[in-house]
Amino acid sequence: MVKVKVNDIEVDADPKDNCILAARKAGIEIPHYCWHESLSVVASCRMCLVEVGETKPDGTVAMGPKLVPGCQTPIKEGTIIRTDSSKVKTSQQMTLELLLLNHPLDCSICDQAGECYLQDYTYKYGKAHSRLDEPKIQREDKYHIGEQIALFTDRCVMCTRCVRFTREISGTAELQVVARGSHEEIDVFPETPCNNKLAGNVVDLCPVGALCSKDFLYKKRVWWLKHADSVCTGCSTGCSVQVDQNDNKVYRLRPRENPQAQGHFMCDEGRFGFKYIHDERRIKYPRLKNPPSNVNATARSTAPSDLSFADPWPTVLAEARKRIHSAIQNDPSGFVVVLSPFMTVEEAYLLASYIKGIDARTKLTLGPVPVVGSDDLYPKGPKGESPAAGKVKFTIRAEKCPNRNGIEAILRHFEGSVIHAESLGKSSASAWFVVGGSSSGWVNEKIDQAVGTPSLLIVQDIFPSPLSERADVVFAAGSFAERDGTYVNHAGLAQSTHASIRPPEEARADGRILMDLAGRAGLFNAMALRKEIGTKIPELSAIATGDLGEHGVRLAKFVNHTAAAKSS
Amino acid sequence: MSPTEFKPVLLGRVGKPDSQSLATYRADGGYEALAKSLKMANTEVIDLVKNSGLRGRGGAGFPTGLKWTFLPKDVQGPIYLCINGDESEPGTFNNRVLIEEDPHQVLEGIVISSFATRATTAYFYLRYEYGRCYRALQKAVDEMYANNLLGKNILGSGYDLDIYLHRGACAYICGEETGLIESLEGKRAWPRIKPPFPAIEGAFRRPTVVNNVETMACIPHIINHGAEWFQSMGVPKDPNNPRDAGSYGPKLYCISGHVNKPGLVELPMGISARDLIDQHAGGVWKGRKAKAVIPGGLSMGFMTNAELDTPLDFNGPGRVGCLGLGTAAVVVIDDHTSMVDVLYNACRFFAHESCGQCTPCREGTAWSTKILERIREGKGKLSDIDLLMEIANSIGTIPGTTICGLADGAAWPIKTAINKFRGEFEEYIKSGRRSESLALAGAH
Repeated sequence: MVKVKVNDIEVDADPKDNCILAARKAGIEIPHYCWHESLSVVASCRMCLVEVGETKPDGTVAMGPKLVPGCQTPIKEGTIIRTDSSKVKTSQQMTLELLLLNHPLDCSICDQAGECYLQDYTYKYGKAHSRLDEPKIQREDKYHIGEQIALFTDRCVMCTRCVRFTREISGTAELQVVARGSHEEIDVFPETPCNNKLAGNVVDLCPVGALCSKDFLYKKRVWWLKHADSVCTGCSTGCSVQVDQNDNKVYRLRPRENPQAQGHFMCDEGRFGFKYIHDERRIKYPRLKNPPSNVNATARSTAPSDLSFADPWPTVLAEARKRIHSAIQNDPSGFVVVLSPFMTVEEAYLLASYIKGIDARTKLTLGPVPVVGSDDLYPKGPKGESPAAGKVKFTIRAEKCPNRNGIEAILRHFEGSVIHAESLGKSSASAWFVVGGSSSGWVNEKIDQAVGTPSLLIVQDIFPSPLSERADVVFAAGSFAERDGTYVNHAGLAQSTHASIRPPEEARADGRILMDLAGRAGLFNAMALRKEIGTKIPELSAIATGDLGEHGVRLAKFVNHTAAAKSS
Repeated sequence: MSPTEFKPVLLGRVGKPDSQSLATYRADGGYEALAKSLKMANTEVIDLVKNSGLRGRGGAGFPTGLKWTFLPKDVQGPIYLCINGDESEPGTFNNRVLIEEDPHQVLEGIVISSFATRATTAYFYLRYEYGRCYRALQKAVDEMYANNLLGKNILGSGYDLDIYLHRGACAYICGEETGLIESLEGKRAWPRIKPPFPAIEGAFRRPTVVNNVETMACIPHIINHGAEWFQSMGVPKDPNNPRDAGSYGPKLYCISGHVNKPGLVELPMGISARDLIDQHAGGVWKGRKAKAVIPGGLSMGFMTNAELDTPLDFNGPGRVGCLGLGTAAVVVIDDHTSMVDVLYNACRFFAHESCGQCTPCREGTAWSTKILERIREGKGKLSDIDLLMEIANSIGTIPGTTICGLADGAAWPIKTAINKFRGEFEEYIKSGRRSESLALAGAH
């Protein structure tokens, strides 16, 4: 740590920090466009110009004669940074005036308005009017940049973050700068649209409204969006994301910086893969097969016609509890619970402790873990080859679920070992409680045959499946955007996810269902449950803090058992 | 030594029959300097060049020997020497004559410099438009390989060197040291941020020295005749200025514009612009007077007629508000020419050639061109003059707002034109007249 002074505020900064980061630690913003923590430094936008000096050993202060880019300038003990001198302010005003020279100022129809650094910086550091008297340069919009990406060329400030991203992070290098001087533009190389699996990140990287997501384009003004911190459930990387919703509809997912999880980015599979949560086919009502005779007939008749046997939650829960108890009584070792790797740690804990609490001879298993291909590593080489070990900057993992490690920890605690439900063989149990939660058809032949047609089948899922079709009890569950809880990623990072929207119609978040089913008092409270789990299960003791923070916490002595088994 | 009795050194062989061939070059004593230096230790060669006071001829005038010493000492792996032959400063054509007429002189300098810097590969970055130069160079390089002057074990000394000719990417910015390196690597010629300087991390991330063609041409003569001989020409150090490195040696002055006899003249450093025009270029044409003179390439700015007695050495132009000596390309503008038109052409050139990396240069050069275009249309406002000055003052490495010096070069013509000819600009704007002169055809 070295001591630096930013506008007379003394802070401890990392000697590897540049002036922007050091100033940030002092709570002072140095405006910048081209610099990004995970990209190379080009120092070309010249927005971050500051005055830098140093304290001499004799105590005198020597300021450098000219402005220097804060992004490029390293710090050392005694560095002095000034962002508030008239020299700096004049330069910021001039740079902004220059950036806006050929900018169309079409904020009223620009998607970025409200989260645009041109707007924000102009408001904070710029001046109210331009002295340009001549016509602006007008350029064509480019919708051919990528399947998901449109370029509004005249809004571009030529920071080249997008170009550097495709060269340094994705390695696919589709983007380039064409032409020269004030006529230069971002474009793709001929017939190589920017469709790589990380392409959507260039939209986030773009500090202005130049690169826009076609998916989100003109859908919502950003100031109406409400944000919730969440975790992408697309693969076991567990990218920290922010879910942006309005009026119970999710409009977009954006990566949230997390050096512990994935860094700054996320893949397009995760980014655009959330649409299923608004799918019409979702299970929206709980239901019972052969309801007890005392069920209120009017309640059933008011349910939507296509779900002729939808039932009110209290009835379903009471009936389910009754049937679970009697099934366990009849054949305790024939009662199998299938925990899904899409569940949160808290949900798995609630279900496991409830069932094991009735009879310890019941069996807890792990449901199918979807694996597609092999891990996809970035940046790609010139021929699309994977980077060498140690050079990997982003990984899309083959394991397409968020929480296998968390569930396995629960299973090891309650069951002693991890039993895979698929390995149980045909019709191996008399009663099943199966939890799903996947966005796609996760019921494979093995699990279908293992379940068979038991005397009791309870299914908790978000989409209809062969199992839910023949289930005695169906719990309409919640998607990732609708629940609170904890996921443990491939590297043992426990991150908390927060509900951003309500489940559709009568569906409920899994935690709430399981709280009620287990008859636990109070509402589902992920934080309280984490404290309980952390104290009871040594493997998960790290989450006992309750609040996992923005970046999550790492489990102590974590071993990824599947990965370890594979490599041995 | 007065200029009149000066015998050309660098241009000594120019105009002789078959001056490009190895045979005539050798007959005139060529490659003796190489043989001599190969017998010296490489540090001795560096010291000799350092003591001669040779300063880079590319524009900035950085001491060549000193530049060579910036290379790291115990470096493993290759060191590169890049020759900057991307001569694109408006008004400059000395490299072209040197290469076309006497390529072996330049190449001998390159081999000696490579030996001194321990470079094993030299890249000759040649402006693409110089086709004749390219052919002359390639022929000369082939001759050298055939005669053990390049390749393995040069002249039995155990020193190996390869030279690659690289034809440039047709842009002014490719002549910027690090822009050249990027372009050589096959990338867009966007100048790099420094540090690291090329001596530490240059071409292909290896220690690299970048030298100008004319600088290279001086090297064999320094080896042959010694540092004292070199220092007998030019302007000695200013004893009152400890930072002055002096302006020694012969210099090629390119004279163009409104003179009777434009051309290339070799003289010891320090001749005044007035003498140069009157004695060596036949005076201003059509009996007119010089209104403004560009001392060393467009980016250096303008001198007025009253300032023409300024010596054209490394310090002279700076004393009258110009950026420096630059490439010593003197462009004469007669008193029938409007400075508004001249400045417009200058701005247009730099706007066209701005690489577009740094915001102030990219936008500032284009904006000043637009403003001057409007003034030329008779729609100027008096406030435009101050606006032009503000733009000029806020772009470039001197205020610290850009990566490379292109913007300084773009700003200096504006600053000097307005400072020195402000009355003419005001009068032009007030008159509201439209310019009748056509803009120069496509810049560069």
